[in-house]
Amino acid sequence: MAQGSLDKSGYRGASRNGLWAWINRRLPVDAFLRSQVLEYYAPKNFNFWYFFGSLALVVLVLQLLTGIYLTMFYKVGATTSFDSVEFIMREVPFGWLIRYLHSTGASAFFIAVYLHMYRSLLYGSYKAPRELLWLFGMLIYLTLMAEAFLGYVLPWGNMSYWAATVIINLFGTIPGIGPGLVEWIRGDYGVADATLNRFFSLHVVAVPLILLLLVALHLVALHEVGSNNPDGVEIKDRKDARGKPLDGIPFHPYYTVKDIVGVCAFLVALAIVVFFVPTLGDVFLEKANFEPANPLSTPDPISPSWYFTPYYAILRAVPDQRIGALLMLIAVMSFFFLPWLDRSPVRSMRYRGWISRLFLALFTISFLGLMYLGMQPAQEPYVTLSRIFAVPYFLYFWLMPWYSKIDRVKPVPERVTYHG
Amino acid sequence: MSEVGAMTDHPQPEIDEGRRKFLTVATGVTAAVGAVVAAVPFVASWTPSERARALGAPVEVDLSKLQTGQMITPTWRLKPIYIVRRDQAMVDKLPQNDNRLKDPKSQSSIQPEYARNEMRSRRADLLVLIGICTHLGCLPKQFFDAGDPVLGADWPGGFRCPCHGSRFDLAGRVFDGSPASTNLVVPPYSFRDQNTLIIGLDSPEKGAA
Repeated sequence: MAQGSLDKSGYRGASRNGLWAWINRRLPVDAFLRSQVLEYYAPKNFNFWYFFGSLALVVLVLQLLTGIYLTMFYKVGATTSFDSVEFIMREVPFGWLIRYLHSTGASAFFIAVYLHMYRSLLYGSYKAPRELLWLFGMLIYLTLMAEAFLGYVLPWGNMSYWAATVIINLFGTIPGIGPGLVEWIRGDYGVADATLNRFFSLHVVAVPLILLLLVALHLVALHEVGSNNPDGVEIKDRKDARGKPLDGIPFHPYYTVKDIVGVCAFLVALAIVVFFVPTLGDVFLEKANFEPANPLSTPDPISPSWYFTPYYAILRAVPDQRIGALLMLIAVMSFFFLPWLDRSPVRSMRYRGWISRLFLALFTISFLGLMYLGMQPAQEPYVTLSRIFAVPYFLYFWLMPWYSKIDRVKPVPERVTYHG
Repeated sequence: MSEVGAMTDHPQPEIDEGRRKFLTVATGVTAAVGAVVAAVPFVASWTPSERARALGAPVEVDLSKLQTGQMITPTWRLKPIYIVRRDQAMVDKLPQNDNRLKDPKSQSSIQPEYARNEMRSRRADLLVLIGICTHLGCLPKQFFDAGDPVLGADWPGGFRCPCHGSRFDLAGRVFDGSPASTNLVVPPYSFRDQNTLIIGLDSPEKGAA
């Protein structure tokens, strides 16, 4: 191969002799680093919203590391799980730290992913040619929800038990096969040891493997189409004589350094939560989960982890279980259709008109409102409020083909801009 | 052009496209069938084990100490069974709820034939229910007193689910405005004698349900 003669930037490459060259003739390390990092050009106008992709990756590593260590001390089983988690918390040296890092990391993962997704809504990052990138991202989000739910069951506290009961029973609303499916998932006539064992296997082996595969696909798709940016300008449309995008800068060192700043700020916030408020006042870890699972006592009130509550509020607001479960499913799945629902000629909210901005604002309020309402007890006024807040949530998605088309857009600049 | 020469030295047989296509499809179909068959043990391993099935056998409950207005909750197949001794006043008031119920005649609810009646039970004094909300499986709590301060003056007495607020009357029938759509499930049950209830058997002589 004539790799050496193409090496124009002057960094150490395959042209050199010795071990490095020997390796590169057999494994394209240099070529990979060049195409994916050193000469992978990202738009130069990234802002605060562009921290959260790399942060999600950092949290993934944190969860894998702490998860591997928790598995060394955790004993799965209906009679051993709860005690072994208390053993980790009280008797394993630094076990409390590893466990709280893992439980707080789960919430941190969702914070990063929600902000990462919201960035796409702001700047139209799901629009062509990034539809597959968006779909892989959404699959990661779904897989992450499954992983978080499975992990929540493992401490076998009372909230674990009842969360498993309620979530598995959602499958019972499927017409025809529902009841049989529920029994198959549980492996018993109720949530039991069999359920806990299979959830452990899925949580530590099967789902993480799927998650890693999807993250890899997400990154490959990203590097194929390149990042969007706050202006929604396609930087590949304007290149210099050497074929480098005029508004692009190499990922390394520019964005590696930027992302490290974000990681430092994130780790400070994570440490504050882990050391001082690991339960975050019942939001990150609920009181009822510090009692062992009890099939004869439902915690009152019961609510899922904060990252599920927007959908839970929708489920609860409907006075029919099948329609409630269906609407909840639609609420989650609507995100998948965004690339095709959005008919706007521009990507970024910066150049869209007031109608699009209004609908995004209403969606933001309804999502956060439903998140709050889902944490409240199943009483008035919360149920009626959930019904009211669910309306703009669905309108944002399903009126989008109409309002994104008629909305008056501003001219998009040819080059990216800076806003402070 | 040397390659052409080589070909003339060793003439290649003509490619039979039809045969190649048939073999490709046949191999693919055989592999797909094999994959489905191979999945059977993995899928089947998730169904309840022999031990779980054995522990799901019928259970007997002694009713001699159950007083009027009281409830006991034995378990059967990991499910709490609500057994309530109703007094005549409770039973007499049941028809008054009919116009506030989703399924007053239990048409779309699950119960054995002998419990598809006004009282949803074999005997008027004894209510037997699976104590699991038909919405998403939480345990409804007992609110037997009419006009309970939590549930309002028009509350006739019954059960309320703490998870999503479904309400049921003293026959386990669901009230309008609840997220649950069907009445609480009645398990198969029978009586060995006046004071011995068997949960899981339709009659003391027949086999398990």
